Amino acid sequence: MTDIDNSGAETEGASSGSMAPAQDRKTVKQEQRKELFATPSFIIGAVILSFWVLCSIVPGLFTKWGENEVIRLADGSTIPRTGPGANAWFGTDTIGNDVFARVIYGADNVLINAPISALIAVLAGAVLGLTMGYYRGLVDEILSRIIEAILSLPVILLALMVVVVFGNSRIVIVLTIAALFTPVVARTVRSAVTSEAQLDYVMSAKLRGESGWFIMMKEIFPNITNVLIVEFTVRVGYAIFTVATLSFLGLGAGDQSAADWGVDIANGYSLIQSGQWWISIFPALAIASLVISVNLIADSIEKVYNS
Amino acid sequence: MVRFIVRRLLLSIVTLFIILLVVFALTRVFPSDPAKQLAGPFASEERVAQLTESLGLDDPLPTQFFRLVRDVVTLDFGESFSQPGVRVIDLVRPALWNSAKLVFLALMITLPLSIVGGIVAARKKDTIIDRSIVSFGLASASIPDFVSGVLLQFIIGVQLGWLPSISNAPADAGFFGQLEYILLPALAILFVYFGYIARITRAGAVTALDSDYARTAYMKGMSTSEVVRKHVLKNALQPTVAVTGTQMGYLFGGLVGLERVFNYPGLGNLILRAALAPDFPLLQTSVVAVAVIFMIATLTSDLIIAWMNPRARLDVGEN
Repeated sequence: MTDIDNSGAETEGASSGSMAPAQDRKTVKQEQRKELFATPSFIIGAVILSFWVLCSIVPGLFTKWGENEVIRLADGSTIPRTGPGANAWFGTDTIGNDVFARVIYGADNVLINAPISALIAVLAGAVLGLTMGYYRGLVDEILSRIIEAILSLPVILLALMVVVVFGNSRIVIVLTIAALFTPVVARTVRSAVTSEAQLDYVMSAKLRGESGWFIMMKEIFPNITNVLIVEFTVRVGYAIFTVATLSFLGLGAGDQSAADWGVDIANGYSLIQSGQWWISIFPALAIASLVISVNLIADSIEKVYNS
Repeated sequence: MVRFIVRRLLLSIVTLFIILLVVFALTRVFPSDPAKQLAGPFASEERVAQLTESLGLDDPLPTQFFRLVRDVVTLDFGESFSQPGVRVIDLVRPALWNSAKLVFLALMITLPLSIVGGIVAARKKDTIIDRSIVSFGLASASIPDFVSGVLLQFIIGVQLGWLPSISNAPADAGFFGQLEYILLPALAILFVYFGYIARITRAGAVTALDSDYARTAYMKGMSTSEVVRKHVLKNALQPTVAVTGTQMGYLFGGLVGLERVFNYPGLGNLILRAALAPDFPLLQTSVVAVAVIFMIATLTSDLIIAWMNPRARLDVGEN
């Protein structure tokens, strides 16, 4: 997956928002929300995402089998490696587990780790970007160089190195992805803040003698929340991508027998050649549908904010 | 122009230095002791100590870092930890060549298709054709590369049987025979990038089609396709070139999952192996290779843009 650099477009959206007087800001927000809920791609994305969120909260609602429960027929026999049919809608895996149950139970790993790491990245990136964009100077120059360096390597490459070093616990994975996404968020926020800082309201706050902290948090921050929301939704998509890839590479969080889409694809993809496609294809479709839904939502939000 | 190139090269050196520092720091905190790993589980303490010394692992950290920098500058990367006696460069070179083949084929397919897609979408702006191209692109670009890889392998490789579904070409296959074996992973890359590049091209083309010079060209009596060919393309493609440059690092070093699906011995695969071993010299060298490729690619794309647009020459000179 690619990293779309839309900092330019977002900056534009942010500064036009700040031009509006404060009392209008509320109505603008309301109208944007109305427009968003009327966007077909947003609705489709939200429906698919809600389904997966529901699966991760109450998987038992959708399947009677557990994630590690071997399907047994009435006569007590097991049916490993059986294709989709009446006994198992999505077939069974090599052990005899229900692939459908694995897909339903597999939602939670990605749906917990990805948004948390995206959130941490956006918060850290916002603080960093605000500081860099407002104060500029030598620290900004040095941090910018470090950010450039980190962004020149693929995220997954650094992620796999960090996870190999610090172990594949959930906290390591979440913090690693958060740390690796922070630079790109910081860069986007920095460019938004840089253009905000040249506007009159910041100048007048400075003349009033407000502190730098006050200007950043109370004056500039409310005008870049759109940038942050868009950045968050986009980062969630990339975080899902990274979490799933790490799982696929065998570096996913926690216990390897728990249902996880990436792990299940890794266990089943070599069996596609011998005809047992359902073991890996259904989890693959699950990941695909989840990332598509998140990107539909991200894209609709971005369009509404920038229109 | 010369000043621009020199400045960019100097900045690249700074970037490379920071990357080396990051990679070095990461490899030094590896929990496992590579000497112990190399010596094997039943090795004597002396053997481990001897290995530690010969690998220079007991030297002070600055010395070790300096040695890494020297290795990079002199392009002498030493021997692999996991395969003693094998020079790292002899492991990286074939992987780099394999990645280059895959990237070349993928770009040969992806760039023309997505540029045409983007321009068609721009010309049919806000019609059903435009929306289908943009929506398909958004959807396909969201899917992780290894997932598209698995799906394509199943549909095209196994169900339809159109293409070989593993990437190991027979030894006697010529250059083009080999390409056939990597067509499926290349198609997975097309899936990832089509939407992204088509979208960027579309945005560039929409601006260019709306511009004064395009309008002037129309008024001179040029047909739409002539206007696109002679005036729009050159301007619309600048963001496309920039984006292609920035994605080269990912294409060479980030396709770890996709290369695993097709069991393809590219750089991503090598990096995964080196990290799991752990094989520091191999890991450091392959990561540096990815970083250098990224730098060369972004510098090249900047130069191409400068050549396409005289105004950009001024801009890049300033920045």
